[in-house]
Amino acid sequence: METIKDKVAIIGMGCCKFGENWDKSADDMIIDAVYEAYEDAGLTREDIQAAWVGTAFSGIGGISIAAPLKLDRIPITRVENFCATGMETIRNASYAIACGAYNIVLCVGFEKLKDTGLAGLPAGYTHPVLGINVTAPGRWAMGATRYFQAYGIEPQEGRKTLAQISVKSHYNGARHPKAHLRREITIEQVLNAPLIAWPLGLFDCCGNTDGAAAAILTRADMAKSFRNDYVLIKGIGLAIGPGLGKEDASYDYIHLPETEAAAQQAYEQAGITDPRKELDILELHDCFTISELMTLEAIGICPKGKAKEDIDAGTFTLTGELPVNADGGLKSFGHPVGASGLRECYEVYKQIQGKAELPERQLKDVRLGLSHNQGGHPGSLLPIITILGQAG
Amino acid sequence: MKTGIVSYGAYIPIYRLKRDEIARAWDRGSMGGEKAVANYDEDSATMAVEAMIDCLRDSDRQSVDGLYFASTTPPYREKQSASLIALAADLRRQIFTADFTDSLRAGTVALRAALDAVKSGSGKRVMVAAADCRLGQPQSDSEQNFGDGAAALLIGDEGVACEIEGSYSHADDILDIWRTETDTFTKSWEDRFILSEGYVRNTREAISSIMEKYRLTPPDITRAVFYAPDQRRHSEMARAMGFDPKTQVQEPMFATVGNTGAAFALMMLVAALEESRAGDRILFANYGDGGDAFILRVTEEIEKIRERRGIKRHLASRSTLPNYEKYLRFRRLIPTEAQAREQANAFPPVAWREREQLISFHGSRCKRCGLTFHPMQRVCIYCGAKDEYEGVRLSDRQGTLYTYTVDNLALSSDPPTIVSKVHLQEDVEGGGENHKVGVYCLMTDRNPEKVKPDMPVEMTFRKMHDSGGMHTYYWKCRPPREP
Repeated sequence: METIKDKVAIIGMGCCKFGENWDKSADDMIIDAVYEAYEDAGLTREDIQAAWVGTAFSGIGGISIAAPLKLDRIPITRVENFCATGMETIRNASYAIACGAYNIVLCVGFEKLKDTGLAGLPAGYTHPVLGINVTAPGRWAMGATRYFQAYGIEPQEGRKTLAQISVKSHYNGARHPKAHLRREITIEQVLNAPLIAWPLGLFDCCGNTDGAAAAILTRADMAKSFRNDYVLIKGIGLAIGPGLGKEDASYDYIHLPETEAAAQQAYEQAGITDPRKELDILELHDCFTISELMTLEAIGICPKGKAKEDIDAGTFTLTGELPVNADGGLKSFGHPVGASGLRECYEVYKQIQGKAELPERQLKDVRLGLSHNQGGHPGSLLPIITILGQAG
Repeated sequence: MKTGIVSYGAYIPIYRLKRDEIARAWDRGSMGGEKAVANYDEDSATMAVEAMIDCLRDSDRQSVDGLYFASTTPPYREKQSASLIALAADLRRQIFTADFTDSLRAGTVALRAALDAVKSGSGKRVMVAAADCRLGQPQSDSEQNFGDGAAALLIGDEGVACEIEGSYSHADDILDIWRTETDTFTKSWEDRFILSEGYVRNTREAISSIMEKYRLTPPDITRAVFYAPDQRRHSEMARAMGFDPKTQVQEPMFATVGNTGAAFALMMLVAALEESRAGDRILFANYGDGGDAFILRVTEEIEKIRERRGIKRHLASRSTLPNYEKYLRFRRLIPTEAQAREQANAFPPVAWREREQLISFHGSRCKRCGLTFHPMQRVCIYCGAKDEYEGVRLSDRQGTLYTYTVDNLALSSDPPTIVSKVHLQEDVEGGGENHKVGVYCLMTDRNPEKVKPDMPVEMTFRKMHDSGGMHTYYWKCRPPREP
């Protein structure tokens, strides 16, 4: 089996301002993100040979981007993989590039959630009996409850650790001009906020947001003709299981086995053996603070049951040993479902290039980064992990 | 051959509402005491299932040949409830089921029909399950008086714990209490008329007729169990019929449960049986559009069926409803703001196709690896065997709460929603202690502040939602109903 390592390059990316974009349609946001990517890559619409679009709720079919962008008579595929929809566009496009079918392709992810009038995500199809009364925060909260119980952490103490994740992300997001929520918060604010699904409170949950992001991919051997600071795909892992953690009595609710497998795939392709040492930045899918904590253990950054120690010690802050969600993560950007996976790559891409907009946000010597996108919840997870690396 | 009660069971919902609280809401006098209130996810069908499972605690459910469900408040006006209750209680398919409705006497009418069925040989064991969840008009005496509950009596001719020696019935037609097709609340004519010409005349007639028929006098009766609309009429009837209220009359539970309609007399009978000894003779009478009366004789077999929650233990297991508004919410008597989320859907084909796992609450036990899981799966989640499984009942297994959340975001008529991952016990064939059966469900009858990981839980049949004008049922977990 061949590895995807160093076969595909990202030569342009774009990301619209995330937020409650009442004055923008999905088409407007798609245009903002894609034209930024065109400009970044130095390309135009006519150069695009094929495209992948990811949206979970806001459109169907390839025409959802062809119409606003006026892409004409090229292959376009809509992909969907729950909340991992965004990065799924990059994964599919990468293999199309790697096999030589196309030289230049476009990836677009978008979601227009704020027009639904709902406080949470639309439900989609649910089983009329078994699928009701479940929410995304509730599903993740069940992981938090068991995690605290399993490791003997008093719930209030555990909530403080989760609060630190939120405080860190808000600090970072306050410094990113494209973030939805741009304000610093305190531990007290997090702990005193209304409870959404015990033990998760309001600030443990990401927001519902509108947004779009885009990437332009090419063959690694052609990338230099576009720019010197292109970014290489080093590995992509996607691991989906039967998702029977709710039914399986042996599932412990404190591990994320699918994420462990996806990380393993990505590390093997990228040749990473010591992720904590080798990676310079992590973009983790922090739909809920507990997800960030559990993922840190699942991808081998912290030993099992030890993420709390690192979080409490500030390991993952902007100035810490290994910055996590330097852009503020889902906590600050919100979660426009189809866009998030691309936004998670956008931050690593920009940090590797040294173009993190504000100097105070720019990390030093970022060569290798990990972007993690996921759908589902403990026991039924769809994680995608992409490793991005500096050219050369 | 003796024919009579082979087993009994009862159910009283965990919630009790102080009548002072209802009186406070309406600035009027309180009858005192409290009434049992069905949870928001309970109705007469779910309560009947509870009482039946209590009744069948140590019996083979397959041995039941018929089910008569009695209620004035069945969940549907058209569509049988007994068929649903039989499925939930995991009775076998080839049985006779019927609903007895429309009369407060429905419970004893069903009892007499069951007795006749056993005597005629059409069934060896016939279940009578009575449950009611009646609504008194807000601000009325009925609102304070009515309570919710259920009783179940298994009638048969083997292992009879209480022989039914004789019976008497008459029919009478009077508009005393009624509901038309469109009424939510019971209506009644003026008290003086309905009591003297309805309850009092008919009950006296039934009791004196059966006493005469079997040549009995009050001293022959160990315990008199009879329906009354309220406490005062109950005491008056006892005196009028010559029974000593202190030693002979079954306490009617007005102060603790309230008038539970079609289930009321049967619940009192279960309470009497709990205290009875071999040789006791019981007079049992009921009223509603006429009268029914029975003479019962307790046998030695009664000692073999003591392990029941019945009335006594259900009474002791209680939780006080904090206020009247919560009662209004449970019964959906206040219009509430529609929530900005899609309604849950009810799909009859799904509910029908999956009735074994949703209503009978069977899991699938893999015939290859022996492990059990729920919902049922064609391909084993543990060993991958395809289509090699059998259904096994999980509803009577004890469990623990593996993990949970108190979800304030999920839709509920009684927020917050406690979403639970339960580990039910596995039997020896399924791996015993080394394996559990995982069940993902909601928790009911709970105090959110007392929910903790690893606490014990048991399963209970409840209503999930009413969307689409259909009742959708499933199982939930709850802290065990033990005092």
